[in-house]
Amino acid sequence: MTFIQKVWAIVWKDITSELRTKEMLLSMCLFSFLVLIVFNFAFDTGLKNLRENISGILWVAFIFSGLMGLGRSFGVERDKGTLYGLLLCPISPWGIYLGKMIGTFIFMTIMEIFTLSIFTVLYNINVIPFLLPLGLIIFLGTLGFATIGTVFSAMSATTKARDVMLSILVFPISAPMIIALVKATGIILWGGAIQETYSWLKILIAFDLVFLLLAYLTFGFIIEE
Amino acid sequence: MAQMQEEDNYIIKASGLVKKFGFKTVLRKIDLSLKKGDFLALFGPNGAGKTTLIQILCSLMRPTSGNVWIAGFDAEYDREALHKVIGVVSHNTFLYNNLSAYENLKFYGIMYRVMNLRERIEEVMGLVGLRGYMNDHVQTFSRGMQQRLSVARAIIHDPLIFFLDEPFTGLDQHGVEDFKQILKKFRDQGKTIVMTSHDLDRGLELCTQAAILKSGNLVYKEDVSKITQDDFKEIYFKLTGEQTLPV
Repeated sequence: MTFIQKVWAIVWKDITSELRTKEMLLSMCLFSFLVLIVFNFAFDTGLKNLRENISGILWVAFIFSGLMGLGRSFGVERDKGTLYGLLLCPISPWGIYLGKMIGTFIFMTIMEIFTLSIFTVLYNINVIPFLLPLGLIIFLGTLGFATIGTVFSAMSATTKARDVMLSILVFPISAPMIIALVKATGIILWGGAIQETYSWLKILIAFDLVFLLLAYLTFGFIIEE
Repeated sequence: MAQMQEEDNYIIKASGLVKKFGFKTVLRKIDLSLKKGDFLALFGPNGAGKTTLIQILCSLMRPTSGNVWIAGFDAEYDREALHKVIGVVSHNTFLYNNLSAYENLKFYGIMYRVMNLRERIEEVMGLVGLRGYMNDHVQTFSRGMQQRLSVARAIIHDPLIFFLDEPFTGLDQHGVEDFKQILKKFRDQGKTIVMTSHDLDRGLELCTQAAILKSGNLVYKEDVSKITQDDFKEIYFKLTGEQTLPV
């Protein structure tokens, strides 16, 4: 119970802090909005081949915007010198990781709800009939992205070219997950049954579990010094 | 769990501490033992390794070799337990600017599992003279007020041991006097304190033991009751090769 309270305290601290400035959420939402706008003008959304691949546009918006939030997860703590304060608290590195990861997950989810709303309007796609399966895919993708991203955010926080380093580290590793997300989302958006996405969902679940386990095993070493 | 031997009566014990950053050796075989209630002031010129030593003692950094035990806890293996018994104040306040003073202390209070948190926050805010600023955001605080709040943060869980790394940085004269009173109170309560300082007069006024660190070597350590301030200053200048008081 105490562990959960401490993890929640980190989440609460990050959310309260962000809601006061809204720097990260606004940047993420604005960026995703711009991505959707640019693609909307660049392509004729009525084209059949585009409609079949429109899930890619959605995930480009999600992931590139999410990356902006990831960079700040540990970067802000490092820049403002609060990381040492956090490390001096009697909580395991895993607890710090979970708190940070859940915070990132929540910020990404808020951005994704906003992006999905814009997406439905701009691309004239009614997502209400398949909101549950789509929600499940987005949940798994966001969890995976936050899981990997939090590890690399801590790793790159000490480097000077933090944002560049984060992209270099995160994208190659998350490529299989991104492919699975785009494929599964495409199937759902065009009326496919959830059963058709099972093979992709298995990849996503395996990906999330493997990287959660890796984070559990390695985060103590990563966050040290 | 590696625990300090019972026959050792030391609350802080470091043996053979070496710290290297690449090819640069910052600490060279430091041995340090302090008993409960000791107040050690650690002096030394810039780059002597004072901050590195403090960071290793509070387990923020691993030594290249050597061991540290704090209150019986091994700094390498029992970090979580060790962190419950120490409070750290440095020139960096570890405070969140977008949160209020109360929210900052609430966050750290939860992390340290402080009971009756509201009352404890009011108590420590009173102690550092900030009771009237509970709901003000830290970003509106002056540097001195932030440092005071940092002290409140460090004592929220009533630690046994304090590590103070240049704690007077940014404090105005009034703040320095208040902070000295707080330190005297802790010293009289039998808390163990390790403080680095550039200010020989302030450090010597408060401490029970004084030590000098030079180029990563602990070159001098003595009980202050056995030496006058002037003699210590003479030794300091002789050992460090400095001609003036460090700034």
